Amino acid sequence: MFAIEKKDTTLLLIVAVLTMCAPFILNPFPTDSAMAQFNAGYPDLMQRFVIFGIFAIGFNILFGLTGYLSFGHAAFLGVGSYSAVWMFKLLSMNVIPAIILSVIVAGVFALIIGFVSLRRSGIYFSILTLAFAQMSFALAYSVLTPITNGETGLQLSLNDPRILGTSVSADGGIPVTSLFGLEMRSTYEMHVGPWLFQFNAGYYLCALLMLLAFYISIRIFRSPFGLMLRAVKSNQQRMSYTGLNARPYTLAAFVISGMYAGLAGGLLAAMDPLAGAERMQWTASGEVVLMTILGGAGTLIGPVLGAGFIKYFENIFSKINDNVLHSWFSFLPDGLEDLMVTLVHPFVGKGWSLTLGLMFMAVVIFLPGGLVQGGQKIGKLFRRKKAAGHRSSTATKPAE
Amino acid sequence: MGILEVKDVNKRFGGLQALGNVNLSVADNTVHAIIGPNGAGKSTLLNCLVGKLIPDTGSVMFAGQSVLGRKPYEINQMGISRVFQTPEIFGDLTVMENMMIPCLAKRDGSFRMHAFASVLGEKKLRARAEEMLSEVKMLDKRNMHAASMSRGDKRRLEMAMCLVQEPRLLLLDEPTAGMARADTNNTIDLLKDIKARGNITMCIIEHDMHVVFSLADRITVLAQGTPLVEDTPDKIKGHPKVREAYLGESA
Repeated sequence: MFAIEKKDTTLLLIVAVLTMCAPFILNPFPTDSAMAQFNAGYPDLMQRFVIFGIFAIGFNILFGLTGYLSFGHAAFLGVGSYSAVWMFKLLSMNVIPAIILSVIVAGVFALIIGFVSLRRSGIYFSILTLAFAQMSFALAYSVLTPITNGETGLQLSLNDPRILGTSVSADGGIPVTSLFGLEMRSTYEMHVGPWLFQFNAGYYLCALLMLLAFYISIRIFRSPFGLMLRAVKSNQQRMSYTGLNARPYTLAAFVISGMYAGLAGGLLAAMDPLAGAERMQWTASGEVVLMTILGGAGTLIGPVLGAGFIKYFENIFSKINDNVLHSWFSFLPDGLEDLMVTLVHPFVGKGWSLTLGLMFMAVVIFLPGGLVQGGQKIGKLFRRKKAAGHRSSTATKPAE
Repeated sequence: MGILEVKDVNKRFGGLQALGNVNLSVADNTVHAIIGPNGAGKSTLLNCLVGKLIPDTGSVMFAGQSVLGRKPYEINQMGISRVFQTPEIFGDLTVMENMMIPCLAKRDGSFRMHAFASVLGEKKLRARAEEMLSEVKMLDKRNMHAASMSRGDKRRLEMAMCLVQEPRLLLLDEPTAGMARADTNNTIDLLKDIKARGNITMCIIEHDMHVVFSLADRITVLAQGTPLVEDTPDKIKGHPKVREAYLGESA
């Protein structure tokens, strides 16, 4: 069935409300309580949620719709970051030109890589993109040092020209990134009883751009272009015997998703103006694949959920160390306490990726459609209960 | 001069001569059946017509233009549609979405980026697609997942997808293979309707003689990669060479 436009609008509105209220929603625990470490409502992490949300939304346009699994999308993220930092060095600390340039450069980069990689499909395509990304990573680390500053990473300095801005800020330091004077790091803190809510300018810029990115993605999903991309995934043979050339469609999807990655990279640099080669490494490319699959590839909201899920684990679970565990289990007798800490230890702190890996396996095995499918199953369960309460035989809705 | 002219086509796979000096002329607005025992080269010939295979020698002209060296999607845009032996449809999509794709391809050509227009907004095309679906009696299934349908339905959908493009030449590779008798008769009726409306040429590969003799205007019998005879159905029925090569066992 085609999109129910109303449903999409509702989804967009829900996402808009959630992102706008994120400082409240992600900080449910009072600052001094023991649960405060599960709070995710601080600017740095919230920015990551939405930036990687953008990255995953873009990746989903390629992978979710056409089924082409790119293992090199981090290259575009890195290219976007470098371009943005260069804009901060040369032009001004305003984030707008930096973000625009990072999207354009990543788009051009994606056009070149996509043009070559899309000659093959399936695993060969994945390997080609992986090779290109690793090449970019290695080059950024070594040969391209004049542009990328190699291992140290590209940073701002007091000697940068910044022709439209100032090289040195009024207090003698490196100027900070801003949107026409509104500093990205500026944060309004709201104290409500024991709670602390932080409203960060940078976060709201990223959140607005994510909403825009999400809206564009919905439009693409529901467009004739999006239908053709799904046709590519479904049956390329029939497509070519229907008079359609699959190559430009896949290339367009590749470039669009590359531009999304560039936007994410540019925003990362706009929030924290430095760029390192490790942003292009294959693990970073793998991460966005995980995000998309975990959330639900080919669904609209899935990638955003997946990105949030993984970033939450990465930043929150990794902070639970043995001391925290001891305080949790302190109500137990000593021997039992130590045993519990030893048992839980491998799954938290530095072992957070083990927990993530197990959850990823569980999702892939039991919910091949990702977290979104889990949500649908729960929703269906409730609906069925309700329907059973009213009348036993209501027409069951086919799954979408 | 026919709409499709195949001249001296040869195709060799290693040591196997799949097609040897095939000459075929299909007249405009007719139904031309190609029959022959298994391995006679029928499907190879069809693949040469749609750009899947390139003949070693010879020429294939469609409406005065050569199809050789063109990609399958270019050949389709020239006006040749093909129904496959096993239905090739977009299994992940719904029936209606399946129908929208050829409609869009017909209107927009091989590539066009309608990235911000809604599929729902394409009212004219949807009306056309629904009209075609009701013609093949599948309108009630328009929201079904294409992969979940029966084989007969898939085939009817594939045929509808080809017909909605209004091709000048429709190639059918065993359109009734694996169908129940009733479905076969429905397909024959459908093809007869299409033929009666005119402005379409059909080229059918078929094993079911019932289908062939109720539809074909002319029949070419292929054996071991070469045309044995070409004639009207009535003449073919009585032809001794054909009886020997092909009909012998089924007559």
